[in-house]
Amino acid sequence: MSKQIHVPTVAELVAKGEKADVLFWVGCAGSFDERAQKITKAFVKILDSVGVKYAILGKEESCTGDPAKRAGNEFLFQMQAMANIATLNAYEITKIVTTCPHCFNTIKNEYPSLGGKYEVIHHTQLLQELIDEGKLTFGADPFKGKKITYHDSCYLGRANGVYDAPRRILEAMDAELVEMKRCGKSGLCCGAGGAQMFKDAEKGNKEINIERTEEAIETGASIISANCPFCTTMMGDGIKHANKEGEVEVLDLAELVAQAKDL
Amino acid sequence: MQYLEQLLFIIVLGVAVYFFVQKIKKIRRNIFLGKAEKVNDNKPERWKTMARVALGQSKMVVRPIAGIMHIIIYVGFVLINIEVLEIIIDGIFGTHRALSFLGPVYDAAIGFFEILAALVFIACVVFLGRRFIAKIPRFHSPEMKGWATADATYILVIEMVLMVALLKMNAVDQVLQAKGADHYIAAGSFPVSQYLTGLFTSFEIPALVVFERVFWWFHILGILFFLNYVPYSKHLHILLAFPNTWYSRLQPAGEFANMPEITNEVNLMLDPSKADPDMPPPEKFGANDVTDLGWTSIMGAYACTECGRCTSSCPASITGKKLSPRKIMMDTRDRAEELGKAKEVHGADHHDGKSLHDFISQEELLACTTCNACVEACPININPLEIIYQMRQYQTLEKSAMPTEWAMMNSNIENNQAPWQFSPSDRANWTKEI
Repeated sequence: MSKQIHVPTVAELVAKGEKADVLFWVGCAGSFDERAQKITKAFVKILDSVGVKYAILGKEESCTGDPAKRAGNEFLFQMQAMANIATLNAYEITKIVTTCPHCFNTIKNEYPSLGGKYEVIHHTQLLQELIDEGKLTFGADPFKGKKITYHDSCYLGRANGVYDAPRRILEAMDAELVEMKRCGKSGLCCGAGGAQMFKDAEKGNKEINIERTEEAIETGASIISANCPFCTTMMGDGIKHANKEGEVEVLDLAELVAQAKDL
Repeated sequence: MQYLEQLLFIIVLGVAVYFFVQKIKKIRRNIFLGKAEKVNDNKPERWKTMARVALGQSKMVVRPIAGIMHIIIYVGFVLINIEVLEIIIDGIFGTHRALSFLGPVYDAAIGFFEILAALVFIACVVFLGRRFIAKIPRFHSPEMKGWATADATYILVIEMVLMVALLKMNAVDQVLQAKGADHYIAAGSFPVSQYLTGLFTSFEIPALVVFERVFWWFHILGILFFLNYVPYSKHLHILLAFPNTWYSRLQPAGEFANMPEITNEVNLMLDPSKADPDMPPPEKFGANDVTDLGWTSIMGAYACTECGRCTSSCPASITGKKLSPRKIMMDTRDRAEELGKAKEVHGADHHDGKSLHDFISQEELLACTTCNACVEACPININPLEIIYQMRQYQTLEKSAMPTEWAMMNSNIENNQAPWQFSPSDRANWTKEI
């Protein structure tokens, strides 16, 4: 099933005198990175199919400043943050959903003291809410008995204590969740956090994403589910390294939901 | 003779307590080399955290074997020390088993302490075994060479020796009680040391009294020695675990503090009406030395018992990078000690010209993924990430020392509003393909 979806921008809605219930913060990876764009599109398809009144900032969106901050450049971070807050406040945004746990963490935790106070949720939380409210339903057990493992991203999990929402989405789709040895609070990083995504790793005896992907493969799952565009990339590279392409897939929960809904 | 022994005891006790207090004062001074931090919000939650994490050992049992063994030693340590109270009373007043008037309660308590003492002994054997026979990797990282491992071994051995002294003291006491020796009133129950009495039954009362005194003195001197050893050792965690958990962060682990000095600078550029023109420009960004860290970070360093759970859960350490969160804490303590000593010798305004960066390399700082695994793993809520992060800020903001890729990433963010070199006008291109 595919139909043309129009993704509204906040500016467009304002011009029409309308207001979105929630702003979808796409993030840089979700906007530009080819792999992450698939997650963005899947999520938009879900929002559209459920009838959530959302909008994006479009060209007015800008990097949250997270990677600059984690790399130690507080100055650049605050410049970015202030500019974004000015945009968000001008549009009187109150609720934000994002498919990137790094954007989620930064806007939720680090923007308030700079004047940006919003209700911020991660897309897995929104999906779980929609499931709970009965607005998002799955017919005929889409993933019945399918072994799926789940990789906790650091910035959704440990950083913000969100462990249940993503797992409950898998449960709602009737998947057989097989946990990795290191999961939940003790989940292992994919290697991309703290601006590592944007540099080569320091010298060591193994790449972190390979260590983590091996652990995921050991579960025997055919799908590694994730909640972060960086994790998805890192684990995807891990799968290539292990020559498991075609056997094991790395998919964001939004992509799994879109698949289950045949969107 | 009796009074001489009492006098000697009082002197020894006084000297031991004096030196302990002096050392603790120095540690306090070193901790407050750090920057002032006001941490007194949400006190009920802080008390709860301390009760749960430090007193209740909730994070220890995440690793069940070590966790349970640790609880035995911890409970043994706390409870057996009640008996030390009696030893001190006896020592000062020349009494014997001063608390025995408690009758059955006393008997039960002594019996319980004996069982604990035996369990503590066993737990120490298991811990030594884990360290030196099973060779659990986290005990053998590079930073564990030398003093760190010796320290751990001394602590376990001292604890074992103290437990043996306690049990032998009780064994001789029983024999003296049975022989009806003066002064040795019948009190206590001895479920463990009853099996050691065979060593002493053949001796006459005078010899037994000597034995009893020797073990009694050995036990209490051992404890007073240990009291003075603890502040020099990683074992200081038995005290600092409590304030360290009380002062630990309550905000989400992912929230990295915004620097207010920079907010002011940014406001001066973007919106001067919001800026405070009188706020002095910051002297320094990030942490160059322990004096730039918050005092709670230095307290964390003194509270660290080098168990290495942080390092064994750190993705960088696991994959062979140079970074080890435990080493970050050990280095911070070493540096605080070094600077504290230098200031003691040359005066409070003295600076020895060294910094924490002489202990912790840029390679270590750059390997951190800020994943918070170390913070989560720490049984007493120490936060190595905070130190790593503030030192990274110093390198980036003060020294402009960063990998070229990060410099490029920063300039992309500045110019293209994204960490990659894409045109901002293409940001919404994906919407056309859906």
